[in-house]
Amino acid sequence: MSEAKGMSLIVKRITKITVSLIFLFGVYIVLHGHLTPGGGFAGGVIIALSFIHLVLAFGKEAALEKLNETRISIIESLGGLMFLGIGLLGLLGGYFFLNVIPKGRPFDLFSSGIIVLCNLAIFLKVGAGLFSIFIALSIMRMPLDSEKEKK
Amino acid sequence: MIELNVILILMIIASVVAMEIEDLLSSVIALGAVGMGLTLEFLLLRAPDLAITQLVVEILSLIILIRATVDVDIEHKKIKTHPAYLLFAVLFVAVFLWFSIAALRELPVFGKPVMKMGAQYLAEGVKKTSATNIVAAIILDFRGYDTLGEATILFTAVIGVLSVLRKIGRKK
Repeated sequence: MSEAKGMSLIVKRITKITVSLIFLFGVYIVLHGHLTPGGGFAGGVIIALSFIHLVLAFGKEAALEKLNETRISIIESLGGLMFLGIGLLGLLGGYFFLNVIPKGRPFDLFSSGIIVLCNLAIFLKVGAGLFSIFIALSIMRMPLDSEKEKK
Repeated sequence: MIELNVILILMIIASVVAMEIEDLLSSVIALGAVGMGLTLEFLLLRAPDLAITQLVVEILSLIILIRATVDVDIEHKKIKTHPAYLLFAVLFVAVFLWFSIAALRELPVFGKPVMKMGAQYLAEGVKKTSATNIVAAIILDFRGYDTLGEATILFTAVIGVLSVLRKIGRKK
């Protein structure tokens, strides 16, 4: 992690503290999606934002070390397949997207059957998808920067 | 409801500013003001799920737009228009307003009546799914099939962006 990449030392220091908090908040939003406002989509975007935070502060390489492109595509496909799998699981009980898992009591963390799993699947999909779009856009800028250096 | 209308008017002003201002960065910031206004509107209409999603997506798109525009200078060209175009524009807006007033008259009152399906979701949502967030219960349980379609759209969009911006095939 070279000092030249990314923003100034102050930003890097603060980022080290805040990025894990943002990540944790995203996880909270996802896991409590069936109890409080939020859910897979919002939580996924928050976690994608925490990685974008890393890219902005430390430069692209530092973030890609933690989560490279092949891993992102695997995670996203996994999320999509998981969501489809949950839908097919419903066929065991009768029809597509039937809530077959025991539902538990309201207000419990482990309640409401497939909704928690659906939230997790959507979270994987949205988080990986949006982060990969951001990475693709920031890689696209590279030729532009090198052109400037030539001039 | 007065604060709702005030924010709506501010959003319209901000979007006009975003259209008309010459500096690209200021235009992006005005766009952000529109998004934040929408977040407040969702909160005032008591839809916290939508407000959270709108807020985070707005921040993400602002970051991407600022990164894209911050050191790109696009020359702003003023195009001279014929005065007749203004006349046509006013005419079009008048016709559009006239039709939309006729259409909006026919709409039911805001939030009323609660439809048959909606009433059933509200009455039996917690009992059937035991999820206390009724939005999650509807989009992931009662209407899971629709959400699958929505997830497919997102997947296709990501594939589209990645295949347009991929490294292979880019000219050096």
